[in-house]
Amino acid sequence: MHFSDLLRFNSRVFAAQRMRTFLLLLAVTMGVASVVMLTSLGEGARRYIDKEFASLGNRLLIVFPGRNETVGGQPPIYGTSPRDLTLEDALAMASIPSVQAVAPMLPGTVLLSHGSLSREAVTLGTTSAFFPIRQVVVGSGTALPQEASREALSICVLGQKLKHELFGNAQAVGEWLRIGDRRMRVVGVLADAGESLGIDLGEVVIIPVPTAQQLFNTQALFRVFLELQPGADEAVVKERLFRLVRELHDGEDDITIVSQDSMLAAFNNILTALTLVIAAIAAISLVVAGILIMNISLISVSQRRAEIGLLKAIGASGNHVRQLFLSESLMLVFLGSIIGIVFAYTVVYLLRQLWPEFPLFPPHWAAPAATATAMISGLVFSWLPARRAAELDPVLAMRGNV
Amino acid sequence: MAAMALIELRGLNKTYLMGGEPLRALRGLALDIAEGEYISIMGPSGSGKSTLLNMLGLLDRPDSGSYRLNGQMTENLAEEQRAALRRDNIGFIFQAFHLISRLTALENVELPMMLAGQPPAQRRRAALEVLDLVGLADRKGHRPSQLSGGQLQRVAIARAIVMKPKILLADEPTGNLDHASGQDIIEVIENLNGEGITLVVVTHDLNLGRRAGRRIRMMDGAVVEDDREVD
Repeated sequence: MHFSDLLRFNSRVFAAQRMRTFLLLLAVTMGVASVVMLTSLGEGARRYIDKEFASLGNRLLIVFPGRNETVGGQPPIYGTSPRDLTLEDALAMASIPSVQAVAPMLPGTVLLSHGSLSREAVTLGTTSAFFPIRQVVVGSGTALPQEASREALSICVLGQKLKHELFGNAQAVGEWLRIGDRRMRVVGVLADAGESLGIDLGEVVIIPVPTAQQLFNTQALFRVFLELQPGADEAVVKERLFRLVRELHDGEDDITIVSQDSMLAAFNNILTALTLVIAAIAAISLVVAGILIMNISLISVSQRRAEIGLLKAIGASGNHVRQLFLSESLMLVFLGSIIGIVFAYTVVYLLRQLWPEFPLFPPHWAAPAATATAMISGLVFSWLPARRAAELDPVLAMRGNV
Repeated sequence: MAAMALIELRGLNKTYLMGGEPLRALRGLALDIAEGEYISIMGPSGSGKSTLLNMLGLLDRPDSGSYRLNGQMTENLAEEQRAALRRDNIGFIFQAFHLISRLTALENVELPMMLAGQPPAQRRRAALEVLDLVGLADRKGHRPSQLSGGQLQRVAIARAIVMKPKILLADEPTGNLDHASGQDIIEVIENLNGEGITLVVVTHDLNLGRRAGRRIRMMDGAVVEDDREVD
């Protein structure tokens, strides 16, 4: 039989059994669409992280205290070294050529109060370099001054939301407020309350790092951000950093350096794996669709016994009959897949218009993979009905349905 | 006597299980059929007429015995080859017509050629030709539900002869028709026999059976009477 004849013959079957065709199409459509739409979530998360990292600026190294002994694992949150990473270490790093800026970070939580209002807030002890490195924009007033990296100045920069909670609509710049046991003057308020790597910048108060050291009574930095000059060789800078730390730390290079690229790669791996798992779970619906195809095809075979018998009497072999039933399922599945893909892409597109901040995109492999899975499922599950049809005894088949 | 019979049956045996009881449908049946013959097969129910017809049509395999079609042994052929042989040599006409209801008359007639993998243009030409032959060229676009019983059987005849088979097997071809339509159908298939096709008709109808040039009576799976018209 010619391929075009199979298509036409099967189309007539579909036209004659509209309800059955519609239900099977629906099952396949939903299965394929759910794979494409759910994997879009995982892919969206991956792109979201990509975007967040891109907002960090290009060439960034993050230095953690403590040595990470295992290769490729997560960087330690807190140092495992007896030696702290200190402000002196951080400032010395700034002297390395090709390092454009250094921003140490010492976070903590502290009680803020202004007049009768008070609340707990995340405090970031850092330097003026923090603002350009993390691309944090000051809305009114100024950022931390240059000397904030060495002197424990009693000044702070407030997040937008904190400012509103403590000062309302009144002017905050130039006002004094109590942070822990110190009085500090507000020199600036951050512009927009975006998020940066999980910290809501609207709810932080940024203070000079020496002030934070006094406030929390520690010399140990949480981490140090380094921005490299354009064209700088990352490997060379890392080597110099280790050498510098060895000099300062009695011969031990007990720091861990994570580049932005390697962190991004780690996140990408995790989220890609997650997306694949979601895809596998969604693919279960395709198997369910396959089982539905099997059931309905079995019913169809018994309804069309007389026809199958006749086809054999006028010269169809078992292979012909098998071909007819298998191609019928594959046509349905293929059609359902196409509809499902179009449907899913449309829904994802509409959602992206509604929530542009979350980059919802189907991964490029989702549509072909879902279609292939659906086709294989359709083929496997219509094998039994097709075989049953092919093995039908034409004499009995025709007699039974006279 | 012809050099070689078109169909040569030797010692055919076939036993069915009917409700656990073995039923011998054919016992040692032997029969020769020459090309162009007009044969009627009659006999009581269960005498093996239909089984014989199914054997002739390669729809059923004997338990033992041999069937040569055109000198070719058929018992050991694979299903594929038997299907091809059936398609090219044998046309079936059934009591219940067996047309596919979702297809038009023309498409029903085209079916055997479609299964044979012939190109659409050629199919169409041949199908129109045979529809014209049975007088239904003007009904080619009609569905079976829009046709009368006599017309349905004529479409079925067109389908049976579209591959230009040597043998036409008819199982009670007038059984579901009124007298006039039945006469009509008999005329059509007898005309085909007049043009050289070998015609085998299984029937209960004595009047129809008597018309054949060679009348075979079956009983308990064997030929008990083989009556040839003497010219």
